[in-house]
Amino acid sequence: MIVRISNEGQYRLDDRHHARLDELDDAVVGAVAALDESGFHARFEELLHFVRSEGEPLDDDDLEPSEFILPPADITFAEAGEEFSGEGLIPEPAPPGTG
Amino acid sequence: MPGVSGRMSTVIKAKISRLLDRAEDPGETLDYSYQRQLESLQNVKKGIADVVTAKKRLQMQSQKLEQSVVKLDTQARQALAAGNEELARTALERKNVAQTELQSLDQQVTELEAQQQKLTDSEAKLRQKIDAFRTKKEVIKAQYSAAEAQVRISEAATGVGEQMADVGLAMQRAQDKTEQMRARADAVSELEAAGTFDDLTALGPGQDDIDRQLAQLSSSSEVEDELAKMKAELGQGSGGQSKQLGEGGQQ
Repeated sequence: MIVRISNEGQYRLDDRHHARLDELDDAVVGAVAALDESGFHARFEELLHFVRSEGEPLDDDDLEPSEFILPPADITFAEAGEEFSGEGLIPEPAPPGTG
Repeated sequence: MPGVSGRMSTVIKAKISRLLDRAEDPGETLDYSYQRQLESLQNVKKGIADVVTAKKRLQMQSQKLEQSVVKLDTQARQALAAGNEELARTALERKNVAQTELQSLDQQVTELEAQQQKLTDSEAKLRQKIDAFRTKKEVIKAQYSAAEAQVRISEAATGVGEQMADVGLAMQRAQDKTEQMRARADAVSELEAAGTFDDLTALGPGQDDIDRQLAQLSSSSEVEDELAKMKAELGQGSGGQSKQLGEGGQQ
């Protein structure tokens, strides 16, 4: 699967990482839902680190679209909050342990 | 995949598909979609130039503030040397405000620079992808039937579209930042234009935040500390505020 970190680049990850990615992802959602700002930054950094360290960067001239698009690394807590209440987002938080 | 990446992907992909819908009406040829990509690239370049201009303006404002700080410091010293402690205090209060603004402005310029760098990187990637698209379209034109070409080109265009959305996001963030900074810098200039930081109520509406900050700052003990330090430097005793200046003190 291909994951993009916005304003940074695309990474190709082995599909077996999907479950771990999902876990890290849920932790980020949980922190945002709990209004835990420092928790959010820590969890989000963990998620990005996982993508960067496990993923292989795509060449710049690669035209493959990404399966998942993560927000930019310097996203603020306020911006993260906006994303969650913005257009097209499902209001109820993801129940932990799904996916 | 639920959660932040799943949801953000949904939002961004929706944006991309809107973007592609515009570019991909069935009548459009491969060459035309390439032309459209090049046009977008031009817009991106223009957008980057705007961000750079805005940043330069803010840097100029920062230099002006720096000058104000020096000037107010000198004025405070002169006032104190002349025995006018009230005036010295006022000058120091203004200096304090200007200094705080200066720090905030400098920090924000640094953040803006980081965003600008990302924007430039993202634009470079977009250029590469558009280039790759050009190569690919020639291959597709030569090798595939019209129907299959449609499918393949739409895949390739999705890759370009995603990068375009990424540049768009980087641009949006940089512009938001300059906008934010400009509003704040304008408020400070307005204060300066009013001649002084004297009348703290002379602020326009909607500047409550700065207003509050100013009020806070002017009551801060930093000003008193600095005043005391300045007195010591000028050789005035802590209690004596008048004519102990002696030789050389009064220029």
